[in-house]
Amino acid sequence: MSSVLYDAPGPKARARSRVISVVGVIIILAGLTWLVLALGAPKPSANGAIQPGMWDPTRWDALLDVEVWRTLGRGALATLTMAGVAAFFALILGVVFSFLRSADHAAIRVPTTVVLEFVRGMPVLLMMLFILLVFSTGSFWAGVAALSVYNGAIIGEALRAGINSLPRGQREAGLAIGLTPIATRFRIEFPQAFRQMLPIIIAQLVVLLKDTSLAFVVGYEELLRSGLYTMTNFFGQRYQFSFFLIVLAIYLAMNLSLSWLARVIARRSGPKAGKLVDPLLPEPMPDTSVSAAAGGVTGGAAGGGDSGR
Amino acid sequence: MDAVIENLPVFLEGFKNTLGLLVLSGIGALVLGVIVAALRISPIASFRAFATVYTELVRNTPLTLVLFFCAYILPYLQFSPGYFLLALIGLTVYTSPFVAEALRSGINGVPVGQAEAARSVGLTFGQSLSYVIMPQAVRMVIPPLINVFIALTKNTSVAGAFFVFELFGAGRQVVNDRGDAVIAILLAVATFYLIITITLGQIAGRVEKKVAVLR
Repeated sequence: MSSVLYDAPGPKARARSRVISVVGVIIILAGLTWLVLALGAPKPSANGAIQPGMWDPTRWDALLDVEVWRTLGRGALATLTMAGVAAFFALILGVVFSFLRSADHAAIRVPTTVVLEFVRGMPVLLMMLFILLVFSTGSFWAGVAALSVYNGAIIGEALRAGINSLPRGQREAGLAIGLTPIATRFRIEFPQAFRQMLPIIIAQLVVLLKDTSLAFVVGYEELLRSGLYTMTNFFGQRYQFSFFLIVLAIYLAMNLSLSWLARVIARRSGPKAGKLVDPLLPEPMPDTSVSAAAGGVTGGAAGGGDSGR
Repeated sequence: MDAVIENLPVFLEGFKNTLGLLVLSGIGALVLGVIVAALRISPIASFRAFATVYTELVRNTPLTLVLFFCAYILPYLQFSPGYFLLALIGLTVYTSPFVAEALRSGINGVPVGQAEAARSVGLTFGQSLSYVIMPQAVRMVIPPLINVFIALTKNTSVAGAFFVFELFGAGRQVVNDRGDAVIAILLAVATFYLIITITLGQIAGRVEKKVAVLR
């Protein structure tokens, strides 16, 4: 796009942009170095005592304690357990919601739509607190239930969008060969929709994994709570920054690897990968109506999923 | 129900703070997001790489962790302008990459043929951007951008767990006082959130329909 907007850069312009690039690297590196040094500098605290800098060994020696790593491991395991259980239920609920939402009877469709709108417009945190207080489930199941319902609603919408974006001939063909409407939905439409929406669903599962950290508010002992509150209380305030960096690194490792997996799957079985290709045509023509519809819906669904929650 | 009515001032106070968080961090995220998006499509490779790394890192960090950094670590580093401002910083930083991605996908969504056509009828770079590309890109960007703000509305609730008295915090406080009316109180808080999110959703839907007609 940008290359179309101006004439191709000549040797002078290319050299100039290379110089700016190098200068940019230097500026960014200088900024990072300043940050690291500023964090490492000892600071006088309010009562006149000098606090050691953030990289001082006295702030990191707790890491030699095996109990630190055991606690972190337990926390990470608790986070992954909650994410796994919630993802399982969210997928099931997503399928159920997508069927109810596209039911033929208005008596089923309309209430489902209202409930889904309600669930999607409400913070997950509030839902967790609600479930914890009203059903007194304990923090684990409160977190799992809220995450499943919320993400199930979003996955359901994505699946419905996927079903809607299929060519109508798919459903008609299924009905024409004598399948019942439900069998058509299950055996013809649903597998295609699921495949088409798989990248969005996995992106939503990354969101779910991130959102398990909200369960710390209702008291679930997951990675954030065990890493930042429990251990800081036990070892002392001065290790908080070190623990923060480690917890951040663990979260990034988990989320980035799941995001990477999402990208690999999106490339393999995205909207384009599953299409039938006529062997006589060298390049399949992009079906503009379908891809436009999918794009539009994708935008909406991804907006729900990939816009921070 | 009476628990809701007699605590209405508390809820309204929380609602005001939620709206404040939403509007201020929304503006902040918009500004920061435009900068990040500009860096991401800039011809200079190092800026592009920096913006990409920033986007990936922030997007894969839980909001809770970002707000924890703002509420605990920043004051510990002797930067403490009050919890409202700290939460504002956290929400702004967290939301900015999502804004940037929405903007970028909108600009990329304008077909290349439009730019080629603009260039081939003799418009300059600035003219083709301001008369042809941007008017289309802005329309395509608004619905996903509103979705980002809907998510931001819900995300402000996390600030309630970090000493900011907004809707979620208000709800939690009232629930502690009136344990007998939990359902009514939580439904009232949810209603306040839905007032914001459903309104925004309606706007997004309407804009999306308009864009669909134009295309």
